[in-house]
Amino acid sequence: MSSIPETTTFLFGRLSLDSLPLHEPVVVATFCGVALGGIVLVAALTYFRLWGYLWNEWFTSIDHKKIGIMYIILAIIMLFRGFADAVMMRIQQVWASTGAEGYLNSHHYDQVYTAHGVIMIFFVAMPLVTGLMNFVVPLQIGARDVAFPFLNNFSFWMTAGGVVLTMISLFVGEFARTGWLAYPPLSGIEYSPGVGVDYYIWGLQVAGVGTLLSGVNLLVTIVKMRAPGMTLMKMPVFTWTALCTNILIVAVFPVLTATLALLALDRYAGTNFFTSDLGGNPMMYVNLIWIWGHPEVYILILPAFGVFSEIVATFSRKRLFGYVTMVWATAVITLLSYLVWLHHFFTMGSGASVNTFFGITTMIISVPTGVKIFNWLFTMYKGRIKFDVPMLWTMGFLITFTIGGMTGVLMSVPPADFVLHNSLFLIAHFHNVIIGGVVFGMLAGIVYWFPKAFGYRLDPFWGKMSFWFWFIGFYFAFMPLYVLGLMGVTRRLSQFEADSTLTVLFGVAAFGVVLIAIGIGCFVLQLIVSYLKRDQLRDETGDPWNGRTLEWSTSSPPPDYNFAFTPVVHDLDAWWDMKTRGYKRPLAGFRPIHMPKNTGAGIILAGLSTACAFGLIWHMWWLAIGGLAATIAAAIVHTFNYNRDYYIPAETVASTEEARTEALAKQA
Amino acid sequence: MANHAPSFTTPGGEPVFMMTDKDHHPENGTSLGFWIYLMSDCLIFASLFATYAVLGKSYAAGPAPKDLFDLELVAVNTAMLLFSSITYGFAMLEAYKKNVGRTIIWLGITGLFGASFIGIELYEFHHLIAEGAGPQRSAFLSAFFALVGTHGLHVTVGLIWLVTLMVQVGKNGVGPANMRRLSCLSMFWHFLDVIWIGVFSFVYLMGVIG
Repeated sequence: MSSIPETTTFLFGRLSLDSLPLHEPVVVATFCGVALGGIVLVAALTYFRLWGYLWNEWFTSIDHKKIGIMYIILAIIMLFRGFADAVMMRIQQVWASTGAEGYLNSHHYDQVYTAHGVIMIFFVAMPLVTGLMNFVVPLQIGARDVAFPFLNNFSFWMTAGGVVLTMISLFVGEFARTGWLAYPPLSGIEYSPGVGVDYYIWGLQVAGVGTLLSGVNLLVTIVKMRAPGMTLMKMPVFTWTALCTNILIVAVFPVLTATLALLALDRYAGTNFFTSDLGGNPMMYVNLIWIWGHPEVYILILPAFGVFSEIVATFSRKRLFGYVTMVWATAVITLLSYLVWLHHFFTMGSGASVNTFFGITTMIISVPTGVKIFNWLFTMYKGRIKFDVPMLWTMGFLITFTIGGMTGVLMSVPPADFVLHNSLFLIAHFHNVIIGGVVFGMLAGIVYWFPKAFGYRLDPFWGKMSFWFWFIGFYFAFMPLYVLGLMGVTRRLSQFEADSTLTVLFGVAAFGVVLIAIGIGCFVLQLIVSYLKRDQLRDETGDPWNGRTLEWSTSSPPPDYNFAFTPVVHDLDAWWDMKTRGYKRPLAGFRPIHMPKNTGAGIILAGLSTACAFGLIWHMWWLAIGGLAATIAAAIVHTFNYNRDYYIPAETVASTEEARTEALAKQA
Repeated sequence: MANHAPSFTTPGGEPVFMMTDKDHHPENGTSLGFWIYLMSDCLIFASLFATYAVLGKSYAAGPAPKDLFDLELVAVNTAMLLFSSITYGFAMLEAYKKNVGRTIIWLGITGLFGASFIGIELYEFHHLIAEGAGPQRSAFLSAFFALVGTHGLHVTVGLIWLVTLMVQVGKNGVGPANMRRLSCLSMFWHFLDVIWIGVFSFVYLMGVIG
């Protein structure tokens, strides 16, 4: 709120009725909509008696497949929120470019673009990537779960805790008005005294714990739990990219944690890390946050590269071209991603030598990326390409990402960057690579692995509609931004002098946003239509695309234990190898399978941490201290439970496998 | 692919695609996982060390390390932490011998050393703040309190963990699960020692002598 209540009470801290944005009609209308939807949802769940099912089968589940699906559902829900923010910004800009004031005051507009960035990166792109890795990696390496199944559940709920805090900020108090990286001194207590930046800090800290732990988890899973015979150079490319992404997560998220903790100290304890006073240095924040921030974009894009590698080989019906170079390119990108952070602020004034170094490292990154692009193209070359929806996304990616990559190389030249820095050209560039790369990649991955998760394919008609609206919409929405950037329009503006050229270009961009909105609508329709037509779209083989890697050897959806027997890997494309060399499914000799038990500890711990964070945000010290103490106590209590696993009896395994045998026989 | 490992084919030379004869037990990943976690924690400290390196001379016309640090006190404190590492080692030796009673005693001694370390550190902090050299005074002091305080916070968490483990070892003995936990805490405890060596040399020694 612009008017921060000076008084604090013991029970509610800074929170009072004034904190509710009742004077913002847009927010109030949104709240009514969300509240109505929420009530309907809760009523429906209660009416259909689904709470027990959700709790037992999903919320407390330690099955990597279900956790992966929950991550993706969370991300899709947050995509709606993040996209709504984008629509609001674009409407305001078209409106304001006529010289009018528009409908969003700057207090609200600044929150909208901050929330858009934070949500899209942390709560859409990250959970999509984590969710897909969670679902696919254990199946691809022939494992029964991740290394630490309970931790996996806990990580998910910490991410959800971050989401909850960010969503609460929409209706209780405010969100940060600082941009998605909250640079000080603007994000310091002097210029942002309200709760907005505190929501930002604690939302990301809570979610960050989840991300870090899931990074450790998947790393150990990939290193320790691969099927016999799967040496590193026989690992599917998606698993390779997941390995590198998780190395990056473990290596950079601690820096984010430390940086945000220091910012929090500045705000809560009056320290002088990033203040402009008493020796503080705001530029250090910018350095630290980008030491996390640049690898972060590779955390997002590498798994997308992995998805495309799987898809392009499957739908070209060829072995992936240049597997070894693909792996090396991934590793080189992982390494180089640490050496480029300064290109985000060439204008800071680090001097010509430093800028040159980081400019050159940035240009070098385009080399391994280019290797990948050519590998994909050569895989398609002389392949017998099937133009299914995942392949359409892949080709859309190849074109769009290449353009985005080239505009990136343009900006890696420091003198050019001095002109383009913070302009809409930059915005166009990173949307070009993030939408063209990460979003297309994740949507491709969802369509590709959906039949594995649910046992039926997604309807191809609505998938194609979704692709074409997204693809064309993207160009309409972002090509004008390049032009606007070259004209000198900077980012985060809500007010303009009247200029009809701006109106036309923003108008075209807004038209693109409408097309993307239709694309998102088609995606939702695709989910609904596919569910309704699930019997027609059903796949009993478990291998609808004639796939190459181990996940396609299981039934769809895979049984809880994934593999009745551990597969033995002879070749890079393990499942393809099995199919071509006459593999026969074993039909007898099943043994009991050792599995971890479900537990509610993850959701409880994450809930308590979130409560603690809410207390910190609103200065409700009793809640902060109580929440922290309760979190520690609950964690300790959890460690006293030694009885965490059970055996699936051999008969259950046998009957599950028998059902699969029958399904396969019916198919044949 | 001609170079199959022998166990991947049947005696008749047919490829084996599923391990139907025995269970596949992936090696326990807890140690590796904990190592990776420690390395990520190490990066939190790396960030704080870097912060200290950047801000460590920004005194804002306030006190400098020479005016503040009492090396003798810090030496005693360092000794406390180093002793606690040795005694933790003794606890592990007893745990390997399956001697529950002595394991708990050595863990208790480790805890006492750790608690003295925290006690002395709190005394030092209190003293500094009373002198007007609190974390708000200058960027140097902010960075100092953040780095040393984060280490102290870790030791405190280690102490809570230690007490919990003492109870669990007393209750359940030193079976595989507790051995795993003991060795994780062992790694954590020694890791904090290594960090402290860095703090002692980089912050205190170089601050006073350098």
